[in-house]
Amino acid sequence: MKQIIYILFILPMLSFSQDKISGLILEANDKNEPIGLAGANVYWLDTSVGSVTDIDGKFTIPYKNEYSQLVISYVGFKTDTITVNEPKVVRHWLQSTDNLDAVTITSRKQATSKSYLQATNVFTVSSDELLKAACCNLSESFETNPSIDVNFADAVSGTRQIKMLGLTSPYILIATENIPSIRGASQAFGMSFIPGTWVESIQITKGAGSAVNGFESIAGQINAELVKPTTDARLFVNAYTNANGRLELNTHLNTAVNEKWSTGLYLHGNLRDTKHDNNNDTFLDMPLQEQINIMNRWQYIDTEKGFVSFINLKFLNDEKQTGQESFNPKTDKGTTNAWGSEIDTRRYEVSTKFGYVNPELTWQSISLQTAYSNHKQASYFGLNQYDITHNSLYANAIYNSIISDSRHKVKTGISYTYDHYDEFVNTNDYERTERSVGAFFEYNFDNLEKLNLTAGIRVDNHNLMGTFITPRFHARYTPWEKSALRASFGRGIRSANIFAENQSIFSTSRAINILNTGGAIYGLDPEIAWNYGVSFLQGFNLFNRKADITLDYYRTDFQNQVVVDFENPQEVNFYNLDGDSYANSFQIEWNYNAFEHFDLRLAYKYYDVKTDYNSGKLSKPLVPTNRFFANASYETNMKENGARWKFDTTFNWLGEQRFSSTTGNPIQYQLPENTPTLGTLNAQITKVFSPKFEVYLGGENITNVKQDNPILGANDPFGSNFDTTFVYGPIFGASYYAGLRFKIE
Amino acid sequence: MKKIMILALMLIGTTTFAQNKNQKASIEVDGVCMMCKNRIEKACLTSKGVKSADWNVKTHELKLIYDARKTDLKAIQKTIAKVGHDTKEVKATDEAYASVHPCCKYRDDKVIDDHKDEGEEKPKN
Repeated sequence: MKQIIYILFILPMLSFSQDKISGLILEANDKNEPIGLAGANVYWLDTSVGSVTDIDGKFTIPYKNEYSQLVISYVGFKTDTITVNEPKVVRHWLQSTDNLDAVTITSRKQATSKSYLQATNVFTVSSDELLKAACCNLSESFETNPSIDVNFADAVSGTRQIKMLGLTSPYILIATENIPSIRGASQAFGMSFIPGTWVESIQITKGAGSAVNGFESIAGQINAELVKPTTDARLFVNAYTNANGRLELNTHLNTAVNEKWSTGLYLHGNLRDTKHDNNNDTFLDMPLQEQINIMNRWQYIDTEKGFVSFINLKFLNDEKQTGQESFNPKTDKGTTNAWGSEIDTRRYEVSTKFGYVNPELTWQSISLQTAYSNHKQASYFGLNQYDITHNSLYANAIYNSIISDSRHKVKTGISYTYDHYDEFVNTNDYERTERSVGAFFEYNFDNLEKLNLTAGIRVDNHNLMGTFITPRFHARYTPWEKSALRASFGRGIRSANIFAENQSIFSTSRAINILNTGGAIYGLDPEIAWNYGVSFLQGFNLFNRKADITLDYYRTDFQNQVVVDFENPQEVNFYNLDGDSYANSFQIEWNYNAFEHFDLRLAYKYYDVKTDYNSGKLSKPLVPTNRFFANASYETNMKENGARWKFDTTFNWLGEQRFSSTTGNPIQYQLPENTPTLGTLNAQITKVFSPKFEVYLGGENITNVKQDNPILGANDPFGSNFDTTFVYGPIFGASYYAGLRFKIE
Repeated sequence: MKKIMILALMLIGTTTFAQNKNQKASIEVDGVCMMCKNRIEKACLTSKGVKSADWNVKTHELKLIYDARKTDLKAIQKTIAKVGHDTKEVKATDEAYASVHPCCKYRDDKVIDDHKDEGEEKPKN
């Protein structure tokens, strides 16, 4: 009888008063009998709002939106902190401290969080979000994110390319721990060289971004924070396999060396050694691949003196083979027996971060970041050869302080970059050195209430681009509760690495032409663009559940651009922009916590990306005008041993995309003007057995949507109409994967 | 070159200021929640001479760094009292106290205490 009363009590109530949380604290026991714990303290972390459980273990406590961490403590039991971000009934077991199996239970937090306070339009993708899909590497970690579009760069290399605000990844500054890293030679494949398990969280900034990290960002900035020796699990193992024969193994080992030093060793290996040609076009649907990726991190912390430091060493070796199934590199390389391609990359990286926070004056800090990388790629695509060696050096020193009081923060410092490129393209050698020295100053004003703005400016002197000024401005205004109106503008400038960024051009029969000769970079001028944007975020409650809606509008205007022109199917032409080139992007996103543990995310995007080509003003090829996105995730309640199920599914619908013109081709090699529309569905189920161990099973492209004939002229790869760049959708159909994660904290 | 740069940067960080320009102090301020924290810190920072203010919800300790040539603790406490929060030396007037949000009525035992006597909820099924 008594148990029935308990059960009644824990059934979610239909009518919550909006500002209270009630619940039941139970004593954990072997038989899972609900024994209420009387006299346990329940309070909101960092507040003095609290309550005590009654004789049956029941309690009620006031709830406000700004509360999230509920602490439950009782003498003789382990203190637990659980996350509560909605009025609900809490049911929690406390572990007796003489029970040696210590269990820490945290309920859920938002996997992707948007800031209501910051001036920049930034959202953080936590590791929870990254676990929602099979994210084997950074390029695959945006599956559940509507702001980033992911598609295949071509039909043979298996490389995923990301877009933001309608612009491809070269226009996004991609950094690891605020050091620009996916750039130059690593632009095409670099994101697949950062294993997913190494990523702790990702910050995505739409629009101009900060002036502190350099002048190159145009559409936005993506920063990946990596796992750290002091916070990552002591041992972590992740194994993954999929139906296409891809195997992955990730191992993390972290240990403290002494009080101040900790170190971590992160090993990643992946292998795909089986050939698949499901669409019978004689070409492999995805490349054969072997990758070894090693990172060793050293972390130094001295909180008393205010020092923190990181030293990172990385080594990568990646070998891909793709092309026709019958292709044998030993006998067929450089011949027309069969079309094949090999891409071998070797990369060494050393980076350091040194930070000092004045323990006396906490607003004063200094950080110095340095990075050196050596990147070598040797590759051939059919009869086209492409080799690149890129040596890069980066240093950035930042001084943080305040003016008069902590509402006025300033950052200032100097940066130095050095890049040496040595490229071999078929018969031509291209070699160049880029050097830049710059100084930046960023001022942030926060009136602690409605207004927060960041104004940054940098002046750089570059040996090939001259001296130029890069302004960046962001503001956030809160007109009423739970809202944020943002505006930003900024300028970016970069040198286009036309070959490294567009390697898919080598997997075609197109002639490669550079139409300008006067510029300093392959005869071309640097790319310069302005980006403007407004964004509005409003949080609200719908049927007593949290919801938010975001409207974004961004425009990028190119003053100069290196136009990549595919409009003649026999050629690819690079030339300086003459006329207009712009990208308009509008996005509406809605997040809703529809019921407990169930989150829904819906988004619609509209793109208008047009460029004045030599043949007229045209929309950019293979950019969908309309995109619809939906993601739903559900978790069951966590049992006291930490066990639970998690379900996640993502649906993407892409509207028509323009094919670059094929009217010059013979009729059998002509494509329609636009691609068909396309809808894909991914899903994943995770079974968490305990905080130590979980397994997951998922499917990508479950509805088995495939692009017909992704390779033009596949029947005659050395003929004049061979082209692998007309890719708008999945090349292979449904693919299923499974994996496990094991960790010892 | 790099060594010189690091040294120069470190010197900037360790330049000691005249004692009174960055006077440190810690006082107790009454309050109950994050809203109080915002109110207290904002009052301090918007007053002349205060450089940083950090109020701890749990311990009620307010850590201050201020320019002793421009202000003193008494003046800062008066500023805090003006927005309705008591300190050891300066108590807020009734008008000022009335201005704080109803949820922040820190003098009210009911607010501090657990809210058990606000009526039991009846579970429905």
